Amino acid sequence: MFKLIWLFFRVGAMNELQYRVNFFIQLIQSLIELGIGLIGLALVFGHTTTLAGWTRPELLAVMGVYTLMGGLINATIQPNMLQLLNDVQQGTLDYILTKPADSQLQISIRQVHIWSMTDLLLGLSVLIYAVIQIQARIGFLQALVFVALLFMGVLMIYCFWLILTTGAFWLIRMENILELFQGVYQAGRWPTTVYPNWLQVGLTFLVPVAFAVTVPAEAITGRLTVTTLLEALAFTIILLLFSRWFWKRGLRHYSGASA
Amino acid sequence: MKYMFDFYLQTMKTAILSWFQYRVGQYFYMIGMVAEPVVYLVVWSTVASAQGGSVGGYTAGGFAAYYIVWTLVRNINIVFTPYGWEWRIQRGELSAMLLRPVHPIHYDLAFFAGTKFVVIVMWLPIAALLTLLFHPTFNTTPLGVIVFFFAIWGAYLIRSMLLWLLGMVTFWTTRVSAIYGLYFALELLLSGRLVPLSLMPPWVQGIASFLPFKWTFGFPIEALIGQLSVQQLFLGLGMQVSWIVASFLLVRVVWRFGIRHFSSVGN
Repeated sequence: MFKLIWLFFRVGAMNELQYRVNFFIQLIQSLIELGIGLIGLALVFGHTTTLAGWTRPELLAVMGVYTLMGGLINATIQPNMLQLLNDVQQGTLDYILTKPADSQLQISIRQVHIWSMTDLLLGLSVLIYAVIQIQARIGFLQALVFVALLFMGVLMIYCFWLILTTGAFWLIRMENILELFQGVYQAGRWPTTVYPNWLQVGLTFLVPVAFAVTVPAEAITGRLTVTTLLEALAFTIILLLFSRWFWKRGLRHYSGASA
Repeated sequence: MKYMFDFYLQTMKTAILSWFQYRVGQYFYMIGMVAEPVVYLVVWSTVASAQGGSVGGYTAGGFAAYYIVWTLVRNINIVFTPYGWEWRIQRGELSAMLLRPVHPIHYDLAFFAGTKFVVIVMWLPIAALLTLLFHPTFNTTPLGVIVFFFAIWGAYLIRSMLLWLLGMVTFWTTRVSAIYGLYFALELLLSGRLVPLSLMPPWVQGIASFLPFKWTFGFPIEALIGQLSVQQLFLGLGMQVSWIVASFLLVRVVWRFGIRHFSSVGN
């Protein structure tokens, strides 16, 4: 399985590396995006000193995680899911289903937008800068927990996308999912504790933005509790199992172009 | 004149039917869009209550009113995207449009104006829900309502033509996404979309008054929620008229030069 993932990654990366100018275009866009985030932060802290108990450098850390996670999603999850959506619409999913490897694995690793990694690097830089400003001492264990939480976050977002995209087997036209997700994901710029309760629940369990961004940021700023960590782990497993089951059900509903 | 009127009417009808067909998708789009102002709203209400109730002339209820009207104005502001130009040229759609006796901008103006009827109907339940959740306070005046009604269509016209201008850059270069990115970032900051402009530093507010963005976004919102004096309301309409004239002339000039750069094969 890992060999297959690596192989797909290499082919995808090589495909993208042909278009070098896209790197600069993506970099400019990432910088604009980050700049707007920073301006928003500056505006808020021009009028107040803390926001729902978070100080400015702490919120900078949240923004770092937000950008980093956004880069990961854009590079790996989103392009694959959009491709899947397209394949279901056009009936070209047949080509995947006739291959011997697991279909869910294949549709999840076909594409990689290597240039979106600019967000990953920018996010990481912002995060490191924020951590230095907070003057937090981050031990090895804390760093490990942070990376583990990031990984779980990616998995949860992946499951969320897969579940929604699998809906296309029934609904066929779902092209506005991207707008839906990107809109809701923006909520992750701020720690979800800022939001009213009903929205917090939505951002945790409907669209797992809280687990993907706020919880890892909590780990860095020393707010993480063991309960939250276990919740994240449990929810990841539940989502993985559910999306797998849902995918299989959806497949049975798929009628190809030639079959 | 009668001919143009029929053309607009028919295109608008087509637009209404074709958008209504994909209403589930439209709702996804709208929910994604509504997330943006809700985030701003929550953050700024939190700041307002931390600062003893109001910031930049807005209370929590004032912010709620601002960002709820925001969702309507944002929907009205949706016009033919400049990103669509590349597609139009590649697919030969533009050549087909050139063969018709009507200037292609009329098609876009009519089509997207038609979609607004679907959009407004679909927007109503969202607005009702947001009102229930966030308790907005309006200081609306009758004059403000009238001005708002004209101002959203003024905003629609100005933004249509500005984005047409931006889209026409595609005649000269296809590496446009960085330019568009910068444009939309400026628009976000200086239109009142990110925050009401009264929260910006004074020098930014000064710049914003001289640019078109504010008049297509912040102005209609402030007109409806009652943040503007009678004098400011009329000044705003006046600014809209000047920007409509200016962007109309610019579109004409740029179109004339740009179309000479355009050549297509086949189709």
